[in-house]
Amino acid sequence: MDIWSFIWLEEPNIRFVVLGTMLLGASSALIGCFSYLRKKALVGDAIAHAILPGICFGFMLSETKNPFYLISGAFISGWASILIIDFITKHSKLKADAAIGIVLSVFFGLGVLLLTHIQQSGNAAQAGLDKYLFGKAASMTPYDVSVFGGIALGLLLLVLICYKGFKIVSFNTDYAQTLGLPTKLLSVLISTATVLSVAVGIQAVGVVLMAALLITPASAARFWTNKLSTMLLLAALMGAIAGWIGSLVSFLAPNMPTGPWIVISLTLMVGLAILGSPINGVYGKWLKKQRNKHLITHENVLKVFYQLGEQEQNFFRSRGKLSILQKRNFGTSTLKKGLTILLAKKWIKRDQNNYVLTNEGFLEARRIVRLHRLWELFLNKRLGLQPDHVHPDAEVIEHLITPELEEILLKDLNMPALDPHNKEIPYDKH
Amino acid sequence: MIKQVNNPILEIHSLTAGYDQKPVLWNIDFTLPKGQISGIIGPNGSGKTTLLKCMMGLLPINGGYVKLFNQSLNKVRTRVAYVPQRESVDWDFPANVMDITLMGRYRNANLFRRLNKNDKEQAINALKKVGMLEFAERQISQLSGGQQQRVFIARALAQGADLFIMDEPFAGVDAASENAILDLFADMKKQGKTVVVVHHDLQTAKQYFDWMVLLNTRLVASGPTPDVFNDKLLQETYGGKLNILARVTHLMESKEFPMREQ
Repeated sequence: MDIWSFIWLEEPNIRFVVLGTMLLGASSALIGCFSYLRKKALVGDAIAHAILPGICFGFMLSETKNPFYLISGAFISGWASILIIDFITKHSKLKADAAIGIVLSVFFGLGVLLLTHIQQSGNAAQAGLDKYLFGKAASMTPYDVSVFGGIALGLLLLVLICYKGFKIVSFNTDYAQTLGLPTKLLSVLISTATVLSVAVGIQAVGVVLMAALLITPASAARFWTNKLSTMLLLAALMGAIAGWIGSLVSFLAPNMPTGPWIVISLTLMVGLAILGSPINGVYGKWLKKQRNKHLITHENVLKVFYQLGEQEQNFFRSRGKLSILQKRNFGTSTLKKGLTILLAKKWIKRDQNNYVLTNEGFLEARRIVRLHRLWELFLNKRLGLQPDHVHPDAEVIEHLITPELEEILLKDLNMPALDPHNKEIPYDKH
Repeated sequence: MIKQVNNPILEIHSLTAGYDQKPVLWNIDFTLPKGQISGIIGPNGSGKTTLLKCMMGLLPINGGYVKLFNQSLNKVRTRVAYVPQRESVDWDFPANVMDITLMGRYRNANLFRRLNKNDKEQAINALKKVGMLEFAERQISQLSGGQQQRVFIARALAQGADLFIMDEPFAGVDAASENAILDLFADMKKQGKTVVVVHHDLQTAKQYFDWMVLLNTRLVASGPTPDVFNDKLLQETYGGKLNILARVTHLMESKEFPMREQ
C-alpha cells in the first residue's frame, strides 16, 4: 500500500480504524492526566496488567472476541485490582508501592497463564488474542472500532462534564469533601474512567506498555503549560498522534506490534518537552540564562558611561569604545553586544564613531549605580560586612533589585547620602 | 480550667478519635464562643489536626459528637469554611491563584456547570481581602509559602461562611503574610465571623487569640486567653504526655483493641 494514500486516509475502512485509534489514544491520555495529577501513575500500570486475565475470562466464557465480553471481563478484573490494592494498603503493613507491585505481577501472571491455556485449546477464534500483549491497532474490525471508539468518546464527554469535580478532587480531596461535594462518587468515576480508558487503550498499545499511554502524554503536556485545561488538551492531542503513528505502523508493517512504536513516539514527545519547553525545559532555562546574561552585559556597559561621566563631571560627553574598555575591560564582543542592546533601547545614541548617553539612558544608569551603592550600604550596615567586602555582591544584586525592593531599601536605610566608600548615592530628585 | 460558653458556635462533646486503633484524642469536651478568634494550642502530635478533621467530618469519630451552630455539620456546611494545612497539597498542580480561589465557590448545584459572575466577584473580593489580587494570574507554584497560605484563606473567604476553621495558617509564613492574615482576622471579627485556628507557636499565641484551647491528646484547658495562658497550664500541656495515657494508647494499638465497646 502506498504510504501517501494512507496518510491522506483515502481508504474508508482504514480511515475508520485510524480515526478510532486516535480517539483511543486521546481518551487514554486525557484520563491519564488525572492519574498523573493524583500521583497514581503506577496504579494505572497495575490496572493495565490486571486487565489481561479479565480479557481471557471474557473470551473463555463467550468463546468469541466480541468486544462487549472482552471489555466486561477487562472492566471487572481492572476494578478488582484497584480494590485489592486499596484493601492491602488499608489493612496490612504493606505500603502502596508494594501492594501495586504484588497485584500487578499476580494478575499479569494469571493472565499469561490463561492466554497460554487458550492458545493451546485449539479454539480457532482465539487467533490474535495475543495482540493484547503488545497491541495491534490494525487488527481491529470496524465493529471493534465503533465499540471502543464509542467508549473513548464517552470518556471524553465525561471529562468535559465532570471537569470541575475532577479538578478539585485531584488538587485537594479533603477540601472538596468539606464543601459537601460527592468526592467518593468523583473518585469512583475517575477510577472507572481509568479502567475503561485502559481497556480501550490496550487495543493500540497492549497491556505491557499501557502505562506509557496513560502517563507519558500527561508528563509531556505538563512541561508546556501551567493550565489544567490546556494540559488536558495537549495530552489528548499527543495521545491522538501516538494512536495515529501506531496505526500507521500497523498498516505498513503488519507483523509489527504497535505498542513499542507508540511508546517510542511518546517518548520523543517527552524528550522534546524536556528540551524545548519554555516553562520548565532545558531550552527555557537556557533562555532565562541568556536573558540574565544580556541584562548584566548591557547594564554594566551603561554603568561605565555613568562612571566616566562622574569622573569628568560631564555625563553627556560622547565616549569611544577604547575609553569604555579602559574603564572596564569587557571583551570586545561583549562590549559590542552591550552597545547594540543599549542603542536598541535608545539609552545611548551614536555620535559618529562614538556613543553618548540619552536622557533616559542617563536616568537608567544612575538607577543602577544607585542600587549598587544602596546594596553596599545595606550589606555594611545591616549585615555588618566590612566596606572592602561589599562590592562583589553589589555587582550582581544591582541588576536584580525591583522598584518595590528599592523603596523598601530606601526606607530601611533612610535615604542615605553616601555609600560605605563615601561615594555619593545619586537620586532622581535633587 | 475548662470554661463552657452559652450558646456556643462550636460544641465538642466527649469526642474520642484516632487512627488505626490508636486513640489520638481522649474524651475531648469544650465549647467555643461566637465572634472570637480562638486558638487550639498544643505540641506536635497532640491531636490538633485530628480534632480539626473530626470537626470537618474528614475523620470518623469513635465516640461523642461535634455540633456547629448547634447542628450537625451536614446541615450547616455552607456556613463553615475549612483551610487545610498548606503542605497537604501539591503546589505544582497546574492552576493559578484565581483557579484555586474559585474552588471556594464550587457547590453541588454548580458542579457540572460554569461558575457565574457572582462567583467570580466573590473570588476577586476574597483575593482583595488577603492582598493577593495582583497575583490572580500567578501560577501557584511560584508563590511564597505565605502567599500560598493567603490563597488558601482567600478560597475559604470566597465560600462566604460564618465560621472558619484553619489548620496552622501561620506555619512557615513570612512577616508580610502574617500581618496580612492578622489584619484579616481583626476585620473578620468586626464582621461577627468566628475563626478557629490550630497553632503550635507559644510565643505568638497570646497576642493572636481571644480564646484558647490547650490540647495534648486530652483537653488541658479551654477559656479566655488571660485565664488559660499561664505557666501551670502550659507546663501541663507541653510537659510531655501523661505516661499512663501513652502506655494505654500503645497497648490498644498493639492488641488492636476497639476504642469503644460495641
